[in-house]
Amino acid sequence: MANYSTNEFKGGLKVMLDGDPCSIIENELVKPGKGQAFNRVKLRNLMTGRVGERTFKSGDSLEGADVMELEMEYLYNDSEMWYFMKTDGSFEQYAVEKKALGETEKWLKEQVPYTVTLWNDNAIHVAPPNFIELEVVETDPGLKGDTAQGGSKPATLSSGAVVRVPLFINEGEVLKIDTRSGEYVSRA
Amino acid sequence: MTESWRPTASIETLRERARLLASVRRFFAARDVLEVETPVLGQGGSTDVHLVSLSTMARTDRGHRRLWLQTSPEFHMKRLLAAGSGPIFQLARSFRDGEVGARHNLEFTMLEWYRPGFTLADLIDETTALVANILPRFHGPVTHYRYRQLFHTHLAVDPFTSSLETLRRLAVEYGQMPARAMAEEGRDTCLDLLMGLVIEPQLGRNELSVVVDYPASQAALARRHQDADGEWVASRFELYLNGIELANGYDELTDAAEQRARFMEDNAERRRLGLPEVDMDEHLLAALEHGMPEGAGVALGIDRLVQLALGKARLEDVLSFSTPNC
Repeated sequence: MANYSTNEFKGGLKVMLDGDPCSIIENELVKPGKGQAFNRVKLRNLMTGRVGERTFKSGDSLEGADVMELEMEYLYNDSEMWYFMKTDGSFEQYAVEKKALGETEKWLKEQVPYTVTLWNDNAIHVAPPNFIELEVVETDPGLKGDTAQGGSKPATLSSGAVVRVPLFINEGEVLKIDTRSGEYVSRA
Repeated sequence: MTESWRPTASIETLRERARLLASVRRFFAARDVLEVETPVLGQGGSTDVHLVSLSTMARTDRGHRRLWLQTSPEFHMKRLLAAGSGPIFQLARSFRDGEVGARHNLEFTMLEWYRPGFTLADLIDETTALVANILPRFHGPVTHYRYRQLFHTHLAVDPFTSSLETLRRLAVEYGQMPARAMAEEGRDTCLDLLMGLVIEPQLGRNELSVVVDYPASQAALARRHQDADGEWVASRFELYLNGIELANGYDELTDAAEQRARFMEDNAERRRLGLPEVDMDEHLLAALEHGMPEGAGVALGIDRLVQLALGKARLEDVLSFSTPNC
């Protein structure tokens, strides 16, 4: 991969830092009076998701990271690996480890497209779509006559996620969920 | 359709900017300081190790040769002083490669002026008067700090006497960087990092902060003198408002031999660091040889002052077109 100098650091650039691929969020030039210039850089570690800051001397460089974000459909899992397929018509499949799946494991549904981050052609992160439609597999019976206002109750969805839903929701219904907040949006 | 053709400043801001520049000109007219214009290109450039000069090849009457885009109008203006111009000011387009960000633009406008016969203290007074004139709503006090005192207050170290290991340890800590990143660096790099990252953001809060007595190693084109503690310091000041460095002034070096030695030291340091050498400005050295009147000069980033006057978040908000969309 190419090397990138501090003046090429911009939001979205993927670089290697301490052995991990990182995505640059912000890059600020700090130059006191007459002296040496520095760049204060905010980065997200793509392996851990953690955001950190690091100061570089201006002109320092980092190796680029071979990172790609691709759309892939979830296929199935064998409880060791989770399998996804590219949606570009190539039918190429990728096996994803549980660690890379992280929180997304509870939002998995066959044939839904996910954003899979590949580093050196290995999946390191899977992001769900912002909204996903899932079936309720277990919840207390719905209350007749109850409307949108009022209390909520836990419901287990087909993907395994448990979300708070209104009291009138019944088992078997399909709900629209915001995966970023884990909140019920509406009936699908 | 892409909107990148549009100016980065609004037309209303450009009107305000023009109004502020007009008041800068009135300020100097009232004080009998002559407005001058000098070339953007020069046969010599800034040797300063921390500035990256742009240059271009041009066909001249002496053949195809390299000309340097000026990082400030300093050399040409000093040649005018040596020729007997008296006090002069200029709003000069200046160029510093690689400097792009919220407070930097690769090309920018420098307000630079020279005052033969002024002491550094006289020039500090005039600079703060100009800033007050441009920022009529700013009523904060002018507070003076010594460089050393700032390091004592904010970092509990002494920039002159604390060990290099102590300075490196602090730089690594505040820079959130691995120790190896600073392992080879000298005192000035550590001090620059701490100044830029820790101290500068604290300066100019509801006041104009004037910083003096910088280490002698950071003198650039200023004289050096021994301060009250017996340390050799640069006869230089910096002015800060809202954590932003606005101006840098010198009691100007007038000794041609000393100036030549500093240019050569800079180029030696450039060789050591593997940086390209910059042609010394022989015209400036000849002018100093001829004799430049003693006095003080200051460079003020007028774009930043306009930015502060208009309460804008980024420098590009007061530039017609910033470098990324030039």
